[in-house]
Amino acid sequence: MADATANTPAVGIGPGPRGAKPRNAFAPRNIMLYGTLIIVAIYYALPLYVMIVTSLKGMPEIRMGNIFAPPLEVTFEPWVKAWSTACTGINCDGLSRGFWNSVWILVPSVVVSITIASVTGYALANWKFKGSEFFFAVLLIGAFIPYQVMLYPIVLVLKNLGDGISFFTVALGLGKVQVYGTLWGLVIVHTIFGMPILTLLFRNYFASLPEELFKAGRVDGAGFWGIFFRIMLPMSLPIFVVAMILQVTGIWNDFLFGVIYTKPEIYPMTVQLNNIVNSVQGIKEYNVNMAATLLTGLVPLIVYFVSGKLFVRGIAAGAVKG
Amino acid sequence: MADTGISSSSGARGAPGSVATQATLPIARKPSRLFRNLASKIALVPMILTVLVIFVGCTIWTVVHSFTSSKLLPKLDFVGLAQYERLWGNDRWMVSIKNLAVYGTCSMIFSLVIGFTLAALLDRKIRFENTFRTIILYPFALSFIVTGLVWQWILNPDFGIEKVVRDLGFESFVFDPLHSDQFVIYGILIAGLWQGTGLVMCLMLAGIRGIDEDIWKASRIEGIPVWKTYVQIIIPMIRPVIVTSVVLIASGIVKVYDLVVAQTSGGPGTSSQMPALYVMDRMFKDQNLAQGFAASTMMLVAVAIILIPWAYLEFGGKKSRG
Repeated sequence: MADATANTPAVGIGPGPRGAKPRNAFAPRNIMLYGTLIIVAIYYALPLYVMIVTSLKGMPEIRMGNIFAPPLEVTFEPWVKAWSTACTGINCDGLSRGFWNSVWILVPSVVVSITIASVTGYALANWKFKGSEFFFAVLLIGAFIPYQVMLYPIVLVLKNLGDGISFFTVALGLGKVQVYGTLWGLVIVHTIFGMPILTLLFRNYFASLPEELFKAGRVDGAGFWGIFFRIMLPMSLPIFVVAMILQVTGIWNDFLFGVIYTKPEIYPMTVQLNNIVNSVQGIKEYNVNMAATLLTGLVPLIVYFVSGKLFVRGIAAGAVKG
Repeated sequence: MADTGISSSSGARGAPGSVATQATLPIARKPSRLFRNLASKIALVPMILTVLVIFVGCTIWTVVHSFTSSKLLPKLDFVGLAQYERLWGNDRWMVSIKNLAVYGTCSMIFSLVIGFTLAALLDRKIRFENTFRTIILYPFALSFIVTGLVWQWILNPDFGIEKVVRDLGFESFVFDPLHSDQFVIYGILIAGLWQGTGLVMCLMLAGIRGIDEDIWKASRIEGIPVWKTYVQIIIPMIRPVIVTSVVLIASGIVKVYDLVVAQTSGGPGTSSQMPALYVMDRMFKDQNLAQGFAASTMMLVAVAIILIPWAYLEFGGKKSRG
């Protein structure tokens, strides 16, 4: 009986009053609910708050006071110092170097990885051939292999790739080329490890577009690339934005690949940050450390707060089957 | 007629439209199978190379070399299971495994419970839902390095929580997990949960929102308390989302590396070692390659033990997905 009435929402429930019960904003239930959520929100927001507050204090105030207290005297000196003069080892040119390194790593990695993954996803969705689904399945399984298993052999692959390219460049008189330890080595690694999730994202998106569009393109004589550039690309701006969000935050936050596949001169920001904060020499300047930490977190935070719902969509799309 | 012929052969759409007569079209034989759909095959070369060279090739390479005595350079002189015997006799590795077990169990339970509870709270048609969600999810945009450094600062005994509580008058209050052999892993756990529960919450919330509104009407009519509905009706209904979350959390746990590096660098002593750290130190610091390969192979085995039952449950019955 209950099921029958529940399944027909148009019919009210019995003769009594209809619609939701008017809610009392201060019912004990609501106080509990909002109270819990506010406490949770404070807990999650606290570290960001502590970072900001600490980075705006002077060292004497930090030694005297309470880490949760707002600064009595606001100073931007720690920010300036973290950006331009903080030391890692013998280099004292601050985090700015790491920042620009990260930018130089980020731009080509995002462009290359998204370009390759979008074409791959399109081919997998619309131009299947015998075996393509099999490779895709292995690609998805590969996403779960711990990176540590593949790290060392990839070093060898990159070295050999460099030697292979050098074979041609030396023959052409252009000198030797290195891939391992350079920016492009890292770009290749980011492209490889971004591939499973991005390909899945693009494949599912292209597969969800109406097939008639594809067929119409075929009838009009468009081929693989014609359909991709003239029909698919103009329709897929949202998914490209989602992919960019995923890759920008993912590559910016990377630490492991940066440590292994680059050299100290081109270490990304996360690696340099860790070296600055966890260096054992010198007096610890906590305000500078927190300013540096905040600076490193700034790019993904801006991406997160600006993109809002798209960020959630990105991770959900990535997570659902990733 | 021609139209239906084209659409029925979807999947293996032929090379450039050679317009044959209607009668021969569906069974027209192309010159060579290899060159059919050529553009698509060329487009998938990066993916196929990634799968074959990196995911399959490099993994097999590492597993094979874990049975050798490679030190500074990889070489193929097999020593059977000697590396594994050494691995399981090594104190640091045993500490890593113990830490991983504690961190993994706690992280899994707390992520699921907190993630689900928060999702259920946000699902109660509250105001400012977006604000709360934004605050709870933002740590997920930050890197593990930033997360680790912030929590290192908050847990700092001289300036952080311990000092603040002592200043309030509780002179004997002790909260210094990062410098205690016994509790350091829980210090890392706090940071890890702060970073990762937002994602679980978002997944669970999406799952809860996907449930038919009629279920709620039915449970209201039956007079089932709200919390009981969540526990006994909603949880079984969002099983796929929970399984996805479990897999995601688990694969994150096995990989945990940067967080520990930033927060404690594996210390004090070796008490916050993790398998990923062990692998990295053996391979890139101690020049003891084969030992690192053996340890990373064990990580691979651990992931396989988690994944194979999941893959079997999820995809065992079905033929295709997507």
